[in-house]
Amino acid sequence: MTQINWSDKVNPVVRNLPPSGIRRFFDLVSEMKGVISLGVGEPDFVTPWHIREACIYSLEKGYTMYTSNWGLLELREAVAADVEGTYNIKYNPRDEILITVGVSEAMDLAMRVLLEPGDEVLIPEPSYVSYAPCTTLAGGVPVFIPTGMENGFRISAEQVQSLITPRTKVLLLCYPNNPTGAVMDREELLKIAEVAKQNDLMVVSDEIYDRLTYVGQHTCMASLPGMRDRTVLLNGFSKAYAMTGWRVGYAAGHPDIIGAMTKIHQYTMLCTSITAQMAAMEALKNGQPAMRHMVENYNRRRNLVVQAFRDMGLPCYEPGGAFYAFPQISATGLNCEEFAEELLKQEQVALVPGNAFGPSGEGFVRVSYAASLDDLSEAFRRIGRFVRRYGVRPKIISTPVQMANGQSA
Amino acid sequence: MGNITRQILDLLRENAKLTPEEIAVMLNIDVIEVRDLIKDLEDKKTILSYQTMINWGKVGREKVIALIEVRITPQRDVGFDAIAERIYRFPEVRSMHLMSGTYDLAIFVEGSSMKEIAHFVSTKLATIEGVVSTASYFVLKTYKQNGVILEDNEEDRRLMVSP
Ligand SMILES: Cc1ncc(COP(=O)(O)O)c(C=O)c1O
Repeated sequence: MTQINWSDKVNPVVRNLPPSGIRRFFDLVSEMKGVISLGVGEPDFVTPWHIREACIYSLEKGYTMYTSNWGLLELREAVAADVEGTYNIKYNPRDEILITVGVSEAMDLAMRVLLEPGDEVLIPEPSYVSYAPCTTLAGGVPVFIPTGMENGFRISAEQVQSLITPRTKVLLLCYPNNPTGAVMDREELLKIAEVAKQNDLMVVSDEIYDRLTYVGQHTCMASLPGMRDRTVLLNGFSKAYAMTGWRVGYAAGHPDIIGAMTKIHQYTMLCTSITAQMAAMEALKNGQPAMRHMVENYNRRRNLVVQAFRDMGLPCYEPGGAFYAFPQISATGLNCEEFAEELLKQEQVALVPGNAFGPSGEGFVRVSYAASLDDLSEAFRRIGRFVRRYGVRPKIISTPVQMANGQSA
Repeated sequence: MGNITRQILDLLRENAKLTPEEIAVMLNIDVIEVRDLIKDLEDKKTILSYQTMINWGKVGREKVIALIEVRITPQRDVGFDAIAERIYRFPEVRSMHLMSGTYDLAIFVEGSSMKEIAHFVSTKLATIEGVVSTASYFVLKTYKQNGVILEDNEEDRRLMVSP
């Protein structure tokens, strides 16, 4: 009998999808002991207690059933009020907002709804690992917009314009950015919006880090003139409210687009877990003080991280949002994967090689400062020792940063 | 109070070991300004002291703590304050508050044994002129103090690396 090659059964589109660059590194890390991880893409805070407690209460009350495909109307109303209050954009909670299983599902739905085979999606790079695979799986073709430290990892309207072809259908935006922490200026976004309008592009805007903006004010793409219906706005609860494991997010946009997304969602997902929706409702209702507290904490650590890398002698662009720093490590003579691997082996500090997020990430590493002050300070000590071993000279420091080993702030 | 002052106080309240250098970097201001502000807060007794929270049970030196509810007779001109001072000056008194409601003073007393506290209440506290009555309640277990949970089992459960 001939041996069956089971992998031949797998759709070639899926078979040929490259594995996430993070995966290999994850396997490496999980074999080691005593590792301090700055490689985590989620808050170090657990979900605020009032949200957890509200969820427990909802379970006690027996909220264990399906909800409307769109999500609980009360939650959609709360989302609409939140978006209007923050960005002054009105969405009708009845047919312009869909509650999804995180931004992850919303991203997949948006791509599946918008793309026809061969349609091109412009994706800034480096950026979050799911964008290109979601595009490919929906039959689209990712076209990358490279960014670099010299322009603060921002894209420009000219860049967008120069990459447009007759097949370009979607412009994907993710600001504040994972992994660089870059934020966009309003002026440039206005110009990009003009390019989108002139070329009839749809914009899918992943604004999951919007509340974690430390420099200036976040500009919501959908709030720009003429962009509301052209934008599929994606946001969620994972980052702002420290609710990654709950899996709840939303998409907002024109009813025809959101309606089409809901059609797929109703057949493939039915609805987002009611328990998570209950918790999300509590987050919007009473979560502002705890969120502000977390944001304030991230901001302070952000300053420490940037300073620490600069003191070590590694250039580090100041990230304006999210909870990542993206220092340049080429001065060590190592490429980003070697750097991450050697640092892990020699000093037991985990971070993510920049090229996991796209080729422009080569020469950089992503450092998550969603970690306690204790862990950050110990990690800096180890990284400092490591880079000195590779001949990087520390900057002459006027005010030495010595972190106390007390409890984290 | 300026915003910077508030932020410095917030930071020190959470972690008194933070150095002025670290605070300066975190708040993106000059270290000299931080030093000056802290000095000023100390001079004006806004910052009263820096203490360490200790879980004494872990070193086998469990303290006995009691809440004493005290009713007192207020005095002309000074109200409750004069009697209050006579009481809070005892080192056994760890914290004390004037309360609304059915009694007047809530006093937390610390000692090495129940006997020691009982002795303090009966011989010192109850005999002060103006003290009408006392009711003592011994603490059986402390779950949380000054915002810190004593046996916190919510360790970091995140994956080591995630996108
Ligand atoms: C830019 C970006 N978008 C989306 C997600 C996933 O979000 P969710 O938890 O809402 O699916 C992440 C998570 O790391 C992210 O960094």
